[in-house]
Amino acid sequence: MALELTAERKQRLAALVGRYPNKAAACLPALHVVQEEHGAIDADAVEYVARLLEIPTGRVEEVASFYTMYKRKASGRYHIEICTNLTCSLMGAEHLREVLARELGIQPGQTTRDGMFTLSEVECLASCGTAPVLQVNGEFHEGLTPDRVKALVGELRTRAAGG
Amino acid sequence: MAGERLLTRNWDTPDAVRLPVYEQRGGYKAARKALGMTPAEVIAEVKKANLRGRGGAGFPAGVKWGFINAAAPTKYLVINADEGEPGTFKDRVLMERDPHQLVEGCIIASYAIGAHHCYIYIRGELPKAAKTLTGAIAEARAHGYLGKSCFGRPFELELTVHRGAGAYICGEETALLESLEGKRGEPRLKPPFPAVVGAFGQPTIVNNVETISAVTHVLERGGDAFTALGLPGDGGTRIFCLSGHVKKPGLYELPVGTPLRTLIYEHGGGIREDRALKAVIPGGSSTPVLLPEHLDAPLSVDGLKAVGSMIGSAAVIVMDETTCVVRAMWRLARFYHHESCGQCTPCREGTGWLERVLWRIETGVGRDGDVDLLKSIAENMMGNTICPLGDAAAMPTLGFLNRFRTEFEQHVLQGKCPFGGRFALPAGWQA
Repeated sequence: MALELTAERKQRLAALVGRYPNKAAACLPALHVVQEEHGAIDADAVEYVARLLEIPTGRVEEVASFYTMYKRKASGRYHIEICTNLTCSLMGAEHLREVLARELGIQPGQTTRDGMFTLSEVECLASCGTAPVLQVNGEFHEGLTPDRVKALVGELRTRAAGG
Repeated sequence: MAGERLLTRNWDTPDAVRLPVYEQRGGYKAARKALGMTPAEVIAEVKKANLRGRGGAGFPAGVKWGFINAAAPTKYLVINADEGEPGTFKDRVLMERDPHQLVEGCIIASYAIGAHHCYIYIRGELPKAAKTLTGAIAEARAHGYLGKSCFGRPFELELTVHRGAGAYICGEETALLESLEGKRGEPRLKPPFPAVVGAFGQPTIVNNVETISAVTHVLERGGDAFTALGLPGDGGTRIFCLSGHVKKPGLYELPVGTPLRTLIYEHGGGIREDRALKAVIPGGSSTPVLLPEHLDAPLSVDGLKAVGSMIGSAAVIVMDETTCVVRAMWRLARFYHHESCGQCTPCREGTGWLERVLWRIETGVGRDGDVDLLKSIAENMMGNTICPLGDAAAMPTLGFLNRFRTEFEQHVLQGKCPFGGRFALPAGWQA
């Protein structure tokens, strides 16, 4: 099924394309906007961006597969990304990763069966002064402890249940 | 010890992200001043400031600007806001807490090099910083500080925030340019350097967020006054990112040349639970590790070079006596393996090989000769790749081997990690 964007996003896309000397340069921002709407960069999304920017689908595909933020399939409602790079690990992140895996019943790289949570292990999130840290859908949670991580999962579950 | 704060002076003012507040605190005076000078005068001021690049390479900003072909009709300024060097977290905060300082620096630098479009390439994982910056740019445009005629002068400037999408390699300036052009972030061979052929085939200057934020202060107080705050040839203050096993991790703006000991023990409050210091990575994950005996080294480009390391991005990662350095190095190798773009064989294969050999040493199945093997892999990566990512993985490996060879050998001899195969948990955590 062909992909369609909301009028607002289409407008944003058009404005973005105008910020570069050629259309092809808008590949990264276009993929961001399409993923926002579509949840992932699948074949339809690649096709859409290729047509919009007037470049071959192969060009879009090679870009989409290079960058870690473009998801090949949609994440759960809450995407928990825990940093385990050096500073965070020195501050207990490897243990927090285990706590999260236990709480959620999944390993990094997996999504819960109900589609609620995706857990990922990521590289340095540029927040080492408040390590260990994680992001939920791009929002930082810093200075974590096992108790705070458990409480966070509980909060997200409550939030999901409430609407 | 209260030194003078330039770059971080607005950080305690929550509304400083708003233009009127920024202006009330002295903002946008420097840009107005610069636009009343000739571009050559602005460059001369930045040269006098001895402002060394804050992104990692430490190249003097004014000298870099001087390389641009002034006669070229289209030129670009590109800000490297792809902060991703493990241990580094200053640029994110600079953008989140004082975006106008960066916008002002962009105006000054663009004017100096004759660029009419500046792209800020911001790491994809920092949506809040991107949003804050986008808001600041809109405000500056509404005030007439950006656009067709900045500050009512005959100088046109467009500022565009370009979000990355998750690739450490894009912090390398030519990979960043490829990515800005909508491609995979694969570094280019140099020469030509970006100042000759950069973004979209045009002459381009690429500078780090902190470097450009500092330019505002160079213009505000003059190059001589700025350089006097630091060391000869390496001027001003810079923001140190202190993390790891210290009592008070965080960002500290201090004069260039402040001793490592002062940062860790005075500002950082010393080592957690008053343990002994074991090792310090002084300039981000790519820089060779230092020992307690190096604590008196001045934090400057030359000061750290003299003790066999680098100031890099001024990201200081502190490790106490409980730390297994094999595990620390393994974690970094795993990072470089993940982030290698795959273009060059020594890096693509070498980073993975390092990771695998380090992991078997750490997990007690290291073989005789593995320690020498690590050294040989790292040495064969050094200088044999298009960009410095290969070096960035090899340098810390050689650094750890150089300073802690016995610990690597112990792992192999004992057939296990003497530290129990994990990092010690923070106080109060239950395993």
